Amino acid sequence: MGVDVTDKEQGHFNALPDNRGHFGPYGGRFVAETLMTPLAELEAAYEECKVDPAFQAEFYNDLAHYVGRPSPLYFAERLTELWGGARVFLKREDLNHTGAHKINNTIGQALLAKRMGKTRIIAETGAGQHGVASATIAARLGLECVVYMGAEDIQRQSPNVYRMRLLGATVVPVTSGSRTLKDALNEALRDWVTNVDDTFYIIGTVAGPHPYPQIVRDFQTVIGKEAREQMLEQYNTLPDALVACVGGGSNAIGLFHPFLGDESVAIYGVEAGGHGVDTGMHSAPLSAGKPGVLHGNRTYLMESEAGQIIETHSISAGLDYPGVGPEHAWLKDEGRVQYVSVTDDEALAAFHLTTRKEGIIPALETSHAMAFAEKLAPTMAKEQSIIINLSGRGDKDINTIARIEGIEL
Amino acid sequence: MSRIKTRFDALKAKNEKALISYVTAGDPHPQHTVSIMHALVEAGTDLIEVGVPFSDPMADGPVIQQACERALKYDTSLADILQMVKDFRKNDPNTPIILMGYQNPIEIYGVERFAQDAKGLVDGVITVDLPPEECTEINQLYREVDIDSIFLMAPTTDISRIRRISEMASGFLYYVSFKGITGANSLDIDSVSSKLSEIRAVTGLPLAVGFGIKDAETAAAVAAVADAVVVGSAIVSLIATNQEDMPTALKEVKSLLQGIKSALDNAGSI
Repeated sequence: MGVDVTDKEQGHFNALPDNRGHFGPYGGRFVAETLMTPLAELEAAYEECKVDPAFQAEFYNDLAHYVGRPSPLYFAERLTELWGGARVFLKREDLNHTGAHKINNTIGQALLAKRMGKTRIIAETGAGQHGVASATIAARLGLECVVYMGAEDIQRQSPNVYRMRLLGATVVPVTSGSRTLKDALNEALRDWVTNVDDTFYIIGTVAGPHPYPQIVRDFQTVIGKEAREQMLEQYNTLPDALVACVGGGSNAIGLFHPFLGDESVAIYGVEAGGHGVDTGMHSAPLSAGKPGVLHGNRTYLMESEAGQIIETHSISAGLDYPGVGPEHAWLKDEGRVQYVSVTDDEALAAFHLTTRKEGIIPALETSHAMAFAEKLAPTMAKEQSIIINLSGRGDKDINTIARIEGIEL
Repeated sequence: MSRIKTRFDALKAKNEKALISYVTAGDPHPQHTVSIMHALVEAGTDLIEVGVPFSDPMADGPVIQQACERALKYDTSLADILQMVKDFRKNDPNTPIILMGYQNPIEIYGVERFAQDAKGLVDGVITVDLPPEECTEINQLYREVDIDSIFLMAPTTDISRIRRISEMASGFLYYVSFKGITGANSLDIDSVSSKLSEIRAVTGLPLAVGFGIKDAETAAAVAAVADAVVVGSAIVSLIATNQEDMPTALKEVKSLLQGIKSALDNAGSI
């Protein structure tokens, strides 16, 4: 066969972060002094685990038997036909245990926590998927779990709040600032700085201080590695395009990273355009923000002229974040990934379309990727193919959808 | 030489400990900040820390978070704060002023522009989320305009970091007395004391201790082992409680600080 099946991650795009956690000018470790030594300890523990066959075996064993990996690469025939262009494939992360890609990372970090002798884990959550994934793995490993969640998000994601409580986690409502994901992250950092001796902070996305963006990416690249192998094995070709939604950007980097060296593959990250990026009411820092420092790293941010972080808007709680992982910031500047945005309305339409045409209810976050794919597919030839990361299922969003449509459940 | 060294040298000559008082700029309203600063000095403050409000103060407890929120209601910006310092300097050319906050407002203002505009007005900068690893170039810019880079040390700071930080620091070092956020309540004097000895073995810079100093009693205990105490949340709390009545706020802040200052004077020499 004519296609090179070797993983082309090596080289330019795999060389980062550097040993100080930088992706070009982005990333780094911008935290209070109290956390510097704990972060160095985390980095050392992770470096050990990365090359420890026993750790890797336990991680992949859990992914296979607890999460249910590999997740299928599904040919969406009806959407392909409807959109009339490239063949559409969905990487089914919604079929993972707990319903989204988040579990890949929480298992990895929880095993790391156990290895480091920590007895308590904390997490921040927006849509609640990362909180549920953290509460799940905490239950399984017998660890205490505290999840910080914006008071606003607790309202719009109530099923996930209840799931976390069922799993034994304490959900702490965060009422400071804009009462959403960024404030939950602040509060989790405050908890960590206070309880750092026995507590492991499981960050849910590829943001935060080094080494978190790298750790989360590495645990999530299982998505892209599988997708690449599945495409080659089943269709003897690489995809021509990849599409994933980007809030903090963990599902996107997980899909993208193993393909970064494949020059023929076009890559699109889809941000939450809210009411439209020209209205200011959105969560699209790569499309309409500028670089700054927040939550331990330098990256693109939604900020005022005076350097204050401004309130973001998205219909999807999981994308409602003013920053983005530093590696995405770098990939944008490098021009390797194109970052685009779709509006709330477009995402909502794609939510219904995917549900009706394929019998798959996607998360509202994921619906942003579907909405962009709807624009992209018709511009491509029929023999070309797109992989969309179907990053999570939409059961958690049915209350939001019903409310928008004026339906009482 | 910045005003900070001059002030610490003068105190040392008199065998006195320094009182460092913190106020968030723009809280409860930008028009009050300069008069609060003068009141701090009248009550015995030797150095002032002026908090630069930030929307996401992740190292701060609720008291200072809320102060930031009040200040940001009026869009208190770094440019406004430099103007406040300029106004303060008209009547007080000598009290050292240290700006304390987070990196993003400075980064967006422009680090070089900030260094130039702060020159001669501001004596030191504490950037909570800017560890030595990330600030080599910024440190150089500050040094060129005689602004001291004041670094934090914490209970988790090991000896190799103590050395590294000491090499980059000037003015004084700020020891964070416990693992936690500002305004929390668990200062352990024995652990502070033993960590300060470890730090003193490495550096001759004055050592200030902050986080958890809310009254004369803790201040005196800390002053027995440190060169300076920092009082922050206790001041900001009094301002918050009396935000509708500034004369009372100032009276209460002064009474708190006078009590602390006299406790410091009885605590012994540097």
